[in-house]
Parts: sequence; C-alpha cells; structure tokens
Amino acid sequence: MPAPAPRRADLDARRDRWFAHSLKAAALLVLAVLLGAALSTLWGGREVLIGHGLDFLASSQWNPVAGRYGALAPVFGTVVTSFVAILLAVPLAFGIALFLTEIAPPWLRRPVSAAIELLAAIPSIIYGMWGLFVFVPFMAEHIEPMLDASLGQLPVIGALFSGPPLGLGVLTAGIVLAVMIVPFIAAVMREVFLAVPTRLKESARALGATPWEVVWHIVLPATRSAVVGGIFLGLGRALGETMAVTFVLGNAYDIHASLLMPGTSISSSIANEFNEAVGNHRSALLALGFLLFVVTFFVLLIARLMLRRLARREGAT
Amino acid sequence: MNELAATQHTAASLAPHNHIEVRGLDFHYHQQRALNNITLDIPARNVTAIIGPSGCGKSTLLRVFNRIYAMHPGLRASGEVLLDGENILDPRYSLNRLRSKVGMVFQKPVPFPMTIFENIAWGIRHHERPGRAELASRVEQALRDAALWDEVKDKLGGSALGLSGGQQQRLCIARCIALRPQVLLLDEPTSALDPIATGRIEQLIDELKRSYTIVIVTHNMQQAARISDRTAFMYMGELIEMDATEKIFTAPARKQTEDYITGRFG
Repeated sequence: MPAPAPRRADLDARRDRWFAHSLKAAALLVLAVLLGAALSTLWGGREVLIGHGLDFLASSQWNPVAGRYGALAPVFGTVVTSFVAILLAVPLAFGIALFLTEIAPPWLRRPVSAAIELLAAIPSIIYGMWGLFVFVPFMAEHIEPMLDASLGQLPVIGALFSGPPLGLGVLTAGIVLAVMIVPFIAAVMREVFLAVPTRLKESARALGATPWEVVWHIVLPATRSAVVGGIFLGLGRALGETMAVTFVLGNAYDIHASLLMPGTSISSSIANEFNEAVGNHRSALLALGFLLFVVTFFVLLIARLMLRRLARREGAT
Repeated sequence: MNELAATQHTAASLAPHNHIEVRGLDFHYHQQRALNNITLDIPARNVTAIIGPSGCGKSTLLRVFNRIYAMHPGLRASGEVLLDGENILDPRYSLNRLRSKVGMVFQKPVPFPMTIFENIAWGIRHHERPGRAELASRVEQALRDAALWDEVKDKLGGSALGLSGGQQQRLCIARCIALRPQVLLLDEPTSALDPIATGRIEQLIDELKRSYTIVIVTHNMQQAARISDRTAFMYMGELIEMDATEKIFTAPARKQTEDYITGRFG
C-alpha cells in the first residue's frame, strides 16, 4: 500500500519555510561579504597598522622607499573631494528632480529622465578620460585663473581658491565626481518626489502655499529619509570612486588648504601603486582600504544621527 | 466666538446674500467636458450639499471654487464664478487672496509631516506675520473651533501623523479655519471615517455654519439630508435640480432626482 500523499497544507508549510530560509540566507550573505571584506583588509594591513600605530593615521608622509606610511593625505583627499562633489551635486540634483516632477511639461519629462539614467550608466573611466583631456585644460585656462583672481583674493576663504592653475587637483576631481553622482541623486529624488501623494500637495496649495513652499515645507520633509538615502548613495560612490579621480586628482601625497592644488585619495593611491607593491607597501595599501571602510562607516553614521535629530525636531515619535 | 464671526453675524442679519454665484460654468478635462453650463447660487452661512452618482462632476465643481484644479495641466474652466460679486476665474484674481477666503478639506485626512501646532501655524504664517503669542492663540482658537483642542492640547509638539483618522480630519478643518476664511469647501470629508468620527464632524459642520458658508460634496444622501440647508443634484456634468434640502428629499421636481434619492440608480 503506497504511503498517503502529503496533504496540501503540509506541502505549503514546507515551501514557506524554505522560502523564508532562502531569504534569510540572501540577507545574511550581504553581512558576510561586508564583514569578510573589512576583516581581510584589516588582516592584510595588520603589519603597517601595528608597526606604525597612530603614526599611520596622523602622518602625511608616504614614502615607500624609506618605508614610511602615513594615510593622512589620501584620507584628506578622499573626504575633501567627496565633500566638494556633494556640495555641488545635491543642489543640482534637487533642481533637476524638482523640475521633472513639479514644473516640466509632460512631454519633456520622459526624455530628460532617460538622459539622466544614461548619464548614470557611463563607465567611470570615460569620465576620467573626459576629465583629463577636456576638463583639466579648461579648468587650467579659464576657471582656475578666474577663481584665483576673484575668490582667491578674499580673506579666509581665499586660501581655498588660490594657487597655480594646474588644472589637476582637488576642485577638478570634486567637479568630475559631482557630474558622476548627480544622476544617482537626481533619480532617487525624482522617484520619491513622485511618490508624495497629490492630495498632500493639494491641501497645502489650498491653504495658499506657493509651489516652492509646498516643496520646501511639505514634499522635502515627507521624503526626508529617502532623499538623504539618495544623497548617501551618491556620497558612497564619490568616496570609493577610483578611475575618474585618479585621472584628474594629480596623485601627490600633499595636504593643501587650496582646492586648486593636487592631492590623492585612498582609492586612487591603491590603484596607482598596487602593481608594484610588495611586503610592507602592500600591507599599507590594504590598511588604506580598511580605512576607506571606516571613513564610509562614519559618514553613514553621521547621516543617521542627523536624520534622527531632524525627526525629533519635527515631533515624530 | 471670534471677532470675525461676530461681524459676519451682523452682516447676515442685515442682508442674506448669495455668497457664491456660478454663471454658465463649463469645465474641460483635456478634451473631455466634465461640467456643462452650470448655473447656481450658494447662500452665505448655509450648508449647501452637492450630491450625485460618481463621476457626475460634483467634486470637479467644488474644485473650481478655490481654483485648486489649476495646479494640474490640461484642466480649464470657463464661465463665471462670482465670490462676493467678483469673478474668481479671472486670472487677475490672485490665488493667494482666493485661498485665504476659501478653505478646502479633502476626502482623506492629510496632516502635514509636522507637529500638530505647526500644521495649523504653517498656513497662518503664509498669509500673515503674527507674533509668537498671537500665533499660539490663533492656533488654540482654531483647534477649539474644530472641537479638537481638548484632545490635543497636551501634545501640540507631537507629530500630527499620530492622530486618529477622525482627529486628523478635524485637524485639517482647524487648519482651514485658522486662516479665517469665509467659505469652507468639504470634499466628502467623512468618507474615510468611522460612524463616530463622522458624527463629530457633522456636529462640527452644524456649528461652523454660523460663521462660514459651507459647501459639502457627499455621496452619502442621509448625510446631505441631515446637515444641509440646500441640496444640489448633479448628473453627468449637469445640474439637474437645486432646492431646499427638505424639498429635494421629499418632493423633488425632477424624475432623475427622485430616482437617485430613492436608490433606483447611482
């Protein structure tokens, strides 16, 4: 006599369990990969991290020949170029998203949105080449002399904009990065602005609010966490971006107040030197990689804290 | 009762007048005609209900009264809508002025993502620059008038999103009357609420009509019968009949009206 066929309910319950398990595995895999990458760079960099100690973080000396490794210049370059990029990209992306969702006539929305998505799909090496061959000479001939002559003469902020017009440098890298991350931020902002219910905008307009007031006081607060999420998606890309930055940053282990001077970043240092690095040098580059994890982690942490403080101010529970 | 309401009372006793007069109003949604040659009068400090089956144009008509339709491309109204004798469809009639006079409450409660206090104060600040103390008293007055003050006075700094549906809808009414408008447009204000919350809103409407001209769109005929003084029945973009509510519900002049209110169609 054959065994009775399993009942439908039992089958379903088993499938549900399998489904739940596979979802859990997918989620845990992400954690495992992240931890694995962080720990293996930490392990690979242990010689320099232990051997140099705090000096690795505090020194801006990077001299593989003399065996001196200080990460300050690359960390500084990474943070500053990304900061410049975010500063330029966020208002631009905000304007694009706002135009596309609130102001643009319907026939214009689709082509502009498609163009933004295409922009996001361009490989970074293309941006790097464009940056080096087109944008760097343009910066050297036009923008940088002008900045030096105008903003560079002001007290305090003048230090940021004075220096020889090399073309290569922190500002140029920041601008190229900004162009690269605008599509990401704009695309996310557009999506979340579209998701704001029409009735919310209508009730604000019905009180007499202007389109600008609706965006600033209603749409932005309602989409705040998603907007910040989009910005940090862009920032994450800027922090880790390698090729485009390597082309235009100048690759000098220096820390200057001026944005017109060349610098280096964590990822471009690694890309430039990994080929010929052995022993301690290799360990130093892996330790740099670990630092990039740390920097990104802190940036994201700060973003979370900022969001929480904003939420508290608006009375959210 | 606030000062404005008091002056409106005296005005009312002097001369009952038509607050809104609609003359030959057509409305087009892209190529499609949604309202056809509507002419009607809405008396001051009365509740006027607009009823009719879905898609008859009742909400569209309401949305002309504060020109909220204008924020969407492809919609246009022609004809005249006179508010105190001035044509609000005239592009020279400022939207800001119109919306300070005509408030609107929507079908679903839509609190802004702010504190309860800010939900009310935000609209006031758009039109005026009151001092801190005056702003606080305006907010309190609006919440009292909307019968919400006792429930929220201890959590004005909390998010408005934490209120119940009925409270949120009264907050939206408070937000409107905080601007001291003359007309309140209510677009199915209780359709998303439970019977108890609906009862409170209806009671509130009955109190508010002493100070405001109220136009309510509803698909609930019992509600129209309970709370309105005059009722307009619309069908397929046309005004079929408008009269005293009692008359419409007991002895309608038109066959279509009778069929609708007796539930034979719609």
